[in-house]
Amino acid sequence: MEKTAFELKECDVAWCPGCGNFGILNLMKEILAELSADPQKLVFVSGIGQAAKIPQYMKVHYFNGLHGRALPPATAIKATNRELTVIAESGDGDMYGEGGNHFLHAIRRNPDITNIVHNNMVYGLTKGQASPTSEKGFKTPIQVNGVILEPFNPLAIAIALDASFVARVFVGFRDHAKQILKKAILHKGYALVDVFQPCVTFNKMNTYQWFREHTYLLDDSHDPKDRTQAFGKATEAGKWPLGIFYQYEGKPVFEEQLSVYAQDPQPLFQRKFRKEPVEQLIRKLKE
Amino acid sequence: MSFERTFRDDISIVLAGEAGQGVQTIEQILTRLFKQAGLNVFGTKEYMSRVRGGTNSTEIRVASFPIAAFVNRVDIFVPLDAKAMDHLKPRLTDKTLTVGDRENLKTEKEILNAPFSKMAAGIGGELFSNMIAAGFLAGILHIELAIVYEVIQYFFGKKSADIIEKNCTAAKQGLEFGREACAKHRIHCELKRDPEVVGQIMISGHEAVALGAAAGGCNFIASYPMSPSTGVLTFLAQHGAELGILVEQAEDEIAAMNMGLGSWYAGGRAMVTTSGGGFALMGEGLSLAGAIESPMVIHLAQRPGPATGLPTRTEQGDLELALYAGHGEFPRVLLAPGTVQDAFLCASRAFYLADKYQIPVFILTDQYVLDSFYNAEEFPSVSGEVTYFVVQTGSDYKRYRFTENGISPRGIPGFGEGIVCIDSDEHDEGGYITEDSDVRTAMVNKRLKKQNLLPEDAMAPEFFGKEGYKKLVLGWGSTFHAIREALRRKGEGDTAFLYFKQVYPLSGKVAEYMRQAKEVVCAENNATGQFAKLIRRETGLSVDRKVLKYDGLPFSVEDLVAKL
Repeated sequence: MEKTAFELKECDVAWCPGCGNFGILNLMKEILAELSADPQKLVFVSGIGQAAKIPQYMKVHYFNGLHGRALPPATAIKATNRELTVIAESGDGDMYGEGGNHFLHAIRRNPDITNIVHNNMVYGLTKGQASPTSEKGFKTPIQVNGVILEPFNPLAIAIALDASFVARVFVGFRDHAKQILKKAILHKGYALVDVFQPCVTFNKMNTYQWFREHTYLLDDSHDPKDRTQAFGKATEAGKWPLGIFYQYEGKPVFEEQLSVYAQDPQPLFQRKFRKEPVEQLIRKLKE
Repeated sequence: MSFERTFRDDISIVLAGEAGQGVQTIEQILTRLFKQAGLNVFGTKEYMSRVRGGTNSTEIRVASFPIAAFVNRVDIFVPLDAKAMDHLKPRLTDKTLTVGDRENLKTEKEILNAPFSKMAAGIGGELFSNMIAAGFLAGILHIELAIVYEVIQYFFGKKSADIIEKNCTAAKQGLEFGREACAKHRIHCELKRDPEVVGQIMISGHEAVALGAAAGGCNFIASYPMSPSTGVLTFLAQHGAELGILVEQAEDEIAAMNMGLGSWYAGGRAMVTTSGGGFALMGEGLSLAGAIESPMVIHLAQRPGPATGLPTRTEQGDLELALYAGHGEFPRVLLAPGTVQDAFLCASRAFYLADKYQIPVFILTDQYVLDSFYNAEEFPSVSGEVTYFVVQTGSDYKRYRFTENGISPRGIPGFGEGIVCIDSDEHDEGGYITEDSDVRTAMVNKRLKKQNLLPEDAMAPEFFGKEGYKKLVLGWGSTFHAIREALRRKGEGDTAFLYFKQVYPLSGKVAEYMRQAKEVVCAENNATGQFAKLIRRETGLSVDRKVLKYDGLPFSVEDLVAKL
């Protein structure tokens, strides 16, 4: 399949030149083509923010909902039609800040969706305020003396909740990122990929150069099946590890445990209404 | 003091005790017992927001004719503890026959002493005192022992033979004691039985909403538990597998609403059930439904606010919340059933309207209408057909294609060749983000055009009365039966009643009905007359008088007899 399969003919992109989002957009189109994803069965769900605009720039089904609220509809879409491939993609503010509660509970449910989070450690669309992942001391027009809050650690939290796939990549390490994102999409169960991606306009601290210097790739000595080791990597001081931190293959998937599919594997929209069970319940009330 | 009483054709029995003392168990047994004996039954409860202690009470009305409204009057009072005596004090009169165990009640008052605890000790312990009390009331109402045994079998059939036998003994002793008391104190009961009642359904408001939703083709519900809305979620969870309904308890109401919208997008038929505070969290998602033109069904079970308010009590205080919730301008429909039949029909219809017009539709209920139950003379049948408005998409599909009436054919991903794009941002026909002023204006017009179609599809208010009426009473939702019974009792031929089961948008000739009356009275279970304000907004006409109640309790028939 050609990368152009997911290319829009006309597209007025709202990102700044040099934005890390472009790299992710290109990667996604390539990955989907290489995986021969069926465009009819592929749904992107996003919230609000610069990253959340990504589905607008691809030829895909999308549900571009509310700020912070990508994961509940993504879970419901997958549960309503299990034949769809669902990718929930948004930024760090959207997924970890406004949508923090949904992030926790989506992990607990373990739907078979891929959660890609563009993490640039700053708010772009609202012009440069701190994000949940901003480092301490990061100065903004609001955090005038620098951020004093502990940065949100999405990977450690996901591992603590026994998420079934937890990874981090840097968009600047293209081949590595591509390989991990592919694995995440193919993984059965909830898969989190935190993507380091520089904001060239509002974050002068965490630049392309900075990410290159402050990250390293996990090697074979790391066992992604080992949750304790994974947690150690997620909370490591110093350079940030990149790669698959943790993977729990075979973890029971949310939508496969629902009683609505026990007898009938069909998506909900293909089912015919049956009045008999309703009538039967009404009859019971006559007894 | 004499206990001599003659109960003619309408008896109000009130049971009261601590939470956890078994008021509900006696209620379940008794109401079933009465119905099986061919008596019309209505039950309603008021309870505290606590799992143990306090005082909860249940009113069971038994009558020779159909009844479905709360009365203040207490004919027979069965307190289970001393606190219950105080709790019910304002409603007790000389005519009330109080029956109870003097030892437990520690009262000096004249009561018909029924030593339930002592009798229970002889059978196997305190546990059986509730069954003795139930048997006693069956005895007072001359119900045959065979029916009592049948009901015990129904409730305890799966328990051990010993438990069934002991319960039968308890009921028998209670019943015999009741019959003796009747003879000794000249207590007469003249209730007439109707064999047809035995075969009727006995259904609560929340069961009717849940079954109506199922009949409307609901196949997805995500919600967060909140009184008094939880009954619908529980019912659908209990029967989800057989009904084919996907039930999920969301982490919060925000998630519930957004899950519902996700499900509709993917071809599901979703609803949420919630109460005021939970619905407040759904405001943003409601607005999203407006923006993406998604169908959505919201069961909003009202309870008194603001904030946590009175969590287990009743009020019609969220009409304006439902009417104005959600930022921005978009169409909606508000249904407000006042009977179990209408609860079923409204819930079912909500799915039809939501899908047809791609809008949010509310079912506005309250604690009173949900927790009350009665035998229903006629109950709507389940339609074999559910109309689905989803279309198969072509390769040039545009989700928000401009059409004459504003409704764009709704496609879903994975059904057809098209791409289905929906966006909470203002969007063009294809669903792509735009800030073009002309497109914006056209999209607003498109969405609002749908509002113009809604009155044609609205349920007209029901009129009860005769031409030439002088007084017109307006009521909506849960006040229906109390208003009807109050007006019947008053027997004023020149008073008519207009009952609204759809409160927005209004249909029919509401203004005409109002103009024909010399006085228009609006009765509502809130403090500011929200429906009267809506009537004025929609018709330009003011009501002359408002009858309001906002103490957390429903209108009693007596309240309305006095005030209407």
